[in-house]
Amino acid sequence: MPEKYEPLIIAFICTYCTYTAADMAGSMRLQYPPNVRVVKLLCTGKVDVLYLLEAFNCGADVVMVSGCEIGDCHFLEGNLRAKERVEYAKTLLDELGLGAERLEMFHIGASDAPKWAAAVETMTRRALELGPNPVGRKRPLPAIEEQIGDLMP
Amino acid sequence: MIVAERKPFDELVDSIKDFRRVLIVGCGTCVAVCLAGGEKEAGLLAAEFDIAAQIADRDQSFAVACVERQCDREFLDELNAKVPHYDALLSLACGAGIQFLAEKFPDKPVLAGVNTTFIGVNEDVGLWAEKCRACRNCVLTMTGGICPVALCPKGLLNGPCGGMTDGRCETDPERECAWVAIYQRLEHLGRLDNIRPIAPPRAYGRAGLPGRQVHAAYERRYRANA
Repeated sequence: MPEKYEPLIIAFICTYCTYTAADMAGSMRLQYPPNVRVVKLLCTGKVDVLYLLEAFNCGADVVMVSGCEIGDCHFLEGNLRAKERVEYAKTLLDELGLGAERLEMFHIGASDAPKWAAAVETMTRRALELGPNPVGRKRPLPAIEEQIGDLMP
Repeated sequence: MIVAERKPFDELVDSIKDFRRVLIVGCGTCVAVCLAGGEKEAGLLAAEFDIAAQIADRDQSFAVACVERQCDREFLDELNAKVPHYDALLSLACGAGIQFLAEKFPDKPVLAGVNTTFIGVNEDVGLWAEKCRACRNCVLTMTGGICPVALCPKGLLNGPCGGMTDGRCETDPERECAWVAIYQRLEHLGRLDNIRPIAPPRAYGRAGLPGRQVHAAYERRYRANA
């Protein structure tokens, strides 16, 4: 019998808004799929297209980037820059044949825990619909956090 | 600076298909500034190649090296130890850098990763505009610092032509007529006399020849009869 497909979601999220929302989701005991692995950044303005591609290269089935609501970035426009980079990375994913829909940008305010839970559910559902990342199945999963870690300063 | 853009991904994948180990060589000067072929872009391309190779189940591996300038021998020397380990080099430098890399490593296939587009300026983040055609006979002193060779699609030295309408170019209504811009700039500077003389025909004779120049201080070194 084939192994059950459990999607792996890598989420690059900012400290000030989305991470706080995710933290609050825990305090509120909100239930959402356990498939997400969070990479906390000071600001989504730190997100580089290379991080996103490497996440897929390391086996992520879908990748999400989530920053503050538009206009609420603590660094004024970090989330807007991230948005541009995510859009560019989507074109690269189409080019590669992975598909742009495997990557999505969200804007989730610090107090919006339910929105975080909903976003993770959306992406988990999407990962199940899209099936496994054709790259990921060829690489051992335990190395993922390690490899993503190598990319961090 | 020299501006370039990365070649389409499919074209690049096709160019590397016969090679197992490919070294992507970035260039840290012009193409790094125009986000086409610096260290970061080389890393990004390697990641893309890696993913594409795994999806297609091709046994290929990619590494990245970035030198400060591919148009200087001293910097290319840094690659000496790495190059023998690869089947091909994919250069992300401008056309000049790619050729110099190929000259430096004649036994390795050198592939072009970017299309060199023009000599230009950085107008804004991610936006470049052509300013110079390297025509070897600069007229900017007379034209108020606006180049008719680069900015007029016809390269006219005595413009504007009859195709100008309301200050716009006949080739593209979005484009400002270079000669109208020159007139307005000179009028603003009170130097309209600059464009009264008729410019003689351009010396196209040398235009087709590969350029080569020697600094006056090095004449003895490079000119046999000096």
